[in-house]
Amino acid sequence: MRSCPREGSGEAPRVVRGLSRWAAVGGLAVLLAACARSGDGMIPQNALDPAGPIARAQDRLWDIVFPVAVVVFILVQGLIIVAVVRFRDRGESQPPKQVHGNTRLEVVWTIIPTLILIGIAIPTVDTIFRLSAPAVPDALRVRVIGKQYWWQFEYMNAGTGAPIRTASELHIPTGREVFIELDGQSKDDGADVIHSFWVPRLAGKQDYVPGHMRTMRIQADNPGTYPGQCAEFCGLSHADMRFAVVAHTPAEFDQWLADQSRAATQPTTDRTRQGFELVAGQGCLGCHTIEGHPQNAGARVGPDLTHFAKQEKFAGYTYPQTNENLKQWIRNPQSLKMGAQMPDWGGGSPLSEQQLDALVAYLQSLR
Amino acid sequence: MAAEIHAAQPESHATTLGVSNEKLGMWVFIGSECLFFGAMIATYLLYVGRANDGPTPRTIFDIPFTSVSTFILLMSSLGMVLALAAVQAGDMRRFRVWILATALLGGTFLSGQFYEFTVFVAEGMKLETSPFTSAFFMLTSFHGLHVAIGILMLVSLWAASMGGRITEQRSEVVENVGLYWHFVDIVWILIFTVIYLIPVG
Amino acid sequence: MTAIAGKQRTRPQPRRIYARPVATTGFWSWFTTIDHKRIGILYGVTATTFFVIGGIEALLIRTQLVAPNGQILDENLYNQIFTMHGLTMIFFAVMPLSSAFFNYLLPLMIGAKDVAFPRLNAFSYWVFLASGLFLYSSIFFSGMPDGGWFNYAPLNFFGPDPGGLHSGSTQAAAQIHQARMLYYSLGLQIAGIASLASAVNFIVTILNMRAPGMTLMRMPVFVWMTFVTSFLLLFAMPVIAIALWQLMLQVRYGAPFFDPGAGGDPILWQHMFWLFGHPEVYILILPAFGIVSEIIPTFARKPIFGYAAMVFAGIAIGFLGWGVWAHHMFTVGLGPVANTAFSLTTMLIAVPTGVKIFNWIGTLWGGHLRFRTPMLFAIGLVGMFTIGGLSGVTHAVVPHDTQQQDTYYIVAHFHYVLFGGAIFGLFGGLYYWWPKIFGWMLDDRIGKVHFWLMLIGFNLAFGPMHILGLHGMPRRIWRYDAGMGWDLWNLVSTIGAFVIAASIVIFFANVAISRSRRIEAGNDPWDARTLEWLTTSPPPADNFKEVPVVASRDELWHRKYAGEDGTQPVRVPAGAAQNHDDHDDHDGHGEHHPLPSYYPTITALGMPIAAYGMFFEGPGQIILLTIGAAVMLFGIFGWVFEPSAE
Repeated sequence: MRSCPREGSGEAPRVVRGLSRWAAVGGLAVLLAACARSGDGMIPQNALDPAGPIARAQDRLWDIVFPVAVVVFILVQGLIIVAVVRFRDRGESQPPKQVHGNTRLEVVWTIIPTLILIGIAIPTVDTIFRLSAPAVPDALRVRVIGKQYWWQFEYMNAGTGAPIRTASELHIPTGREVFIELDGQSKDDGADVIHSFWVPRLAGKQDYVPGHMRTMRIQADNPGTYPGQCAEFCGLSHADMRFAVVAHTPAEFDQWLADQSRAATQPTTDRTRQGFELVAGQGCLGCHTIEGHPQNAGARVGPDLTHFAKQEKFAGYTYPQTNENLKQWIRNPQSLKMGAQMPDWGGGSPLSEQQLDALVAYLQSLR
Repeated sequence: MAAEIHAAQPESHATTLGVSNEKLGMWVFIGSECLFFGAMIATYLLYVGRANDGPTPRTIFDIPFTSVSTFILLMSSLGMVLALAAVQAGDMRRFRVWILATALLGGTFLSGQFYEFTVFVAEGMKLETSPFTSAFFMLTSFHGLHVAIGILMLVSLWAASMGGRITEQRSEVVENVGLYWHFVDIVWILIFTVIYLIPVG
Repeated sequence: MTAIAGKQRTRPQPRRIYARPVATTGFWSWFTTIDHKRIGILYGVTATTFFVIGGIEALLIRTQLVAPNGQILDENLYNQIFTMHGLTMIFFAVMPLSSAFFNYLLPLMIGAKDVAFPRLNAFSYWVFLASGLFLYSSIFFSGMPDGGWFNYAPLNFFGPDPGGLHSGSTQAAAQIHQARMLYYSLGLQIAGIASLASAVNFIVTILNMRAPGMTLMRMPVFVWMTFVTSFLLLFAMPVIAIALWQLMLQVRYGAPFFDPGAGGDPILWQHMFWLFGHPEVYILILPAFGIVSEIIPTFARKPIFGYAAMVFAGIAIGFLGWGVWAHHMFTVGLGPVANTAFSLTTMLIAVPTGVKIFNWIGTLWGGHLRFRTPMLFAIGLVGMFTIGGLSGVTHAVVPHDTQQQDTYYIVAHFHYVLFGGAIFGLFGGLYYWWPKIFGWMLDDRIGKVHFWLMLIGFNLAFGPMHILGLHGMPRRIWRYDAGMGWDLWNLVSTIGAFVIAASIVIFFANVAISRSRRIEAGNDPWDARTLEWLTTSPPPADNFKEVPVVASRDELWHRKYAGEDGTQPVRVPAGAAQNHDDHDDHDGHGEHHPLPSYYPTITALGMPIAAYGMFFEGPGQIILLTIGAAVMLFGIFGWVFEPSAE
């Protein structure tokens, strides 16, 4: 039988020890970077930087389980490194003691992990049930519909008059629970595929499931813009199905509600008047609502445009509202967002540059 | 530790458990078939109430008719038992009679199902009508496919016997096919109970 | 072939259309081989090829994501590429690579001459190859499936472009989508048949073909893992088969299984998929667990620590694995009670998994550790899988999982367990058993470079993904914006991916260089413990000149070394009195040497033919289905009526 070549003594372990030292340093650096809490918007969707009570309750569980995982990691990797260094073959002639096991040890290392897991399970189960409680009485109720590839928000118990509907921007008051119904059962707002509503700094995600009603809650402590995006693969432009939660002080939120309840701004210049006419002539109102426009049909296939210009971004909160972007979008939505359910020219006939400018001017007047 | 036991059939190998590989293999395969039909039955149970204003079990099933075809399939299992007894006793002629009878009874069952399906379709129950109909047709069609494959095997056994390839000493293949056939029959009893009788009753 | 004097031929001469193949060497013999060792090599080569393809897909993904708003791949291509990356790695790389090891080693480790059903074994391979080619043929037609490997409903029947605005018309969009879904469902169905057949084969082999004295508790841990994996395959494949049939009926014929608008439930797909999908991940990892359970004892020169615990932990994982599936669905809204139940079962399954980690460390402890390349990969698995297992435990914390789910944190987790776990284990196995399979050694120094480069690249590629996920980057996005704080770690991750690619190139270089050097391996180059090292490298056609009689676990080790348990053993001089009595298999039974056969290959061919029929309507469909069925029936009947051995 062929004899086995002996390992050169001393060489491998030095390399192993050195590398493991650097690995530990590197690993620690990575861990610290991971724990980075940034309050200056550098990581706008940072789940490790909760900005409201729901996300905080979820983050608290992370604060329990992550250190435990780190300790176990250090223990296991440490044992491996110690074993690898201490028991390397030194050219012995006889094989080592043929130990088959140690029942007591094996029982201990079965029971201890079980106990640790029970320790993790208790706060976990408690939080699961706390977070699934029904809405508090004074919650702001919002109905959310996910479509390929944008989010529709409808305020169920805010403001008076016509229900306020927005797209891609969910405005909320600070310090108040916002109870969200992900309504997959709506007959009016056709549900298509599964999406997932996720604004990491405010709460973990919940799927929007056609055929089912799901609920969740978010709440923001402070005013600000909290970006989010769809988190369940939904097709071609899943990556561009984004949104933002904009939190206002309660007074500012009431003002926002009042502004939203107003009808659309009437056109005051020739250009915007031309755009005002085009919006009907092109068939835009066949899919979009503009409250106060005489030809408004209350259509909900596409986003509500009544206060379109107040939004920073459009097309699923993906593109800034510049002239060029808006014109390109109307010309050929597919070029900006593949799979977008809006036809070229809004389904109407192609427009000249001048007409396009007028249409965009009108849209940008809708504050 | 099991001693080497020679299996009953001279051409097969000694095996650790004492059962031939082929027989053990058939049992193992049947294990997976349980999950195959189980998943379809579970789907049916979920969807039995979702009839979309279309036909429901109460309105569309003809229990007397299906009871008769169930009985026919049950009798085919009896035929299978008799066929196996015959071949193990060395009576090839009786074996061939009973194996053909089994196949014929199975074929009658299938014809009955085919007829039943044409009636359903005429009465507005198609695959795509509702989740209930989809689940029903998928489950019963797959079962029917299993019966058809079984009939193919039975007829092949008959042909093999005609060619002298099946003897008293080399009859385990009949037992293994019988295992499959009985399993398909048991699945049907389950289907008949869960899909037909209980929703209607 | 041994003639037994006086044995009469009682069966009539089989009628043949053409002569039965007899060659066991030469190019064409590979198409008709039923030798488990050659089938194992076929699996290995094919799986490695698909692994490279899947790796190229990964590099494309990482190149697209190296910086914000990448322009390498558009939405349509990206979605196809990430879908195929997942499908390829799972079904056409890791599973068949595991199968390669099962095929090659199982009979050798239990002292058998072949598996229970050699032609069924060949059939499994050709069906697997057919399924991979079928699925990839989609490139030339409609484009590849693009709904993710998990292909959730309603997207899987709704399609990404229902309005037809991207494809030009609703009909064009529907046709393309339907075709892609047919490739997906039919391709996986065919692959599933290969796995199911293998599962039956291995279970019967393990139960029924062990050498004399090889009780279940004397089998190597690798054989036990094969056993558990085979049962998982046996019971999980039918469930996904049903789901795939339902998808096909929905997409092709409008059966409303998953359509909420017609009374169906999209969640049904998720339940069925994950009922299969979770056992599937144990199917992916248990073989690698088995491999390192053989490597570590050999290179530590002591037995596996806690053999019984290793076996029972594996069985426990197999059982418990059926009770955790909805932990993939924590954000679907099953309710607090269901979420709690699955949270607890998921935590529970960490216990037997942890036991294995500790037992491997216990095996290292007190050993004489030799750090050859297989050992490096094995230790790498222990370290890397631990990380993946720990992140898995954090997923069980449901409220926080709602932050982790569908993000790069999950991508990090499963790559740590599947790459750091399964792939490391499989490469360890390649280096370990290469000398046995081919008769020559892979270079150990180049192997070490491969290992270290792969370890570094792997951690660079997937470590930062934990951070990206927690910093809010979702999965399955073809691009991301600047200003999200994700740029640095995406860049690091892409660099890591290319380092991995370099390490794979080094592996192939190792193969080429070592082959030209051809350093003879001998029977037992590692001084190992299990039966496959008893025979020659490579083994003869029927594996053992004499069927070994087994008196203990680690039978080979005990033939080489004598001593009480728990002490240091002493080498038994070669040729000294042994207390085993291997015997020739001439005990009046008749030698059965299974011969090569065309029929398994032919039968396998019928499946893709029939599958292509599903793309057509009317006469085209009927013709293709008929031809496919006819080919299969011809193959099956020929197979059944052809004696396995003559």
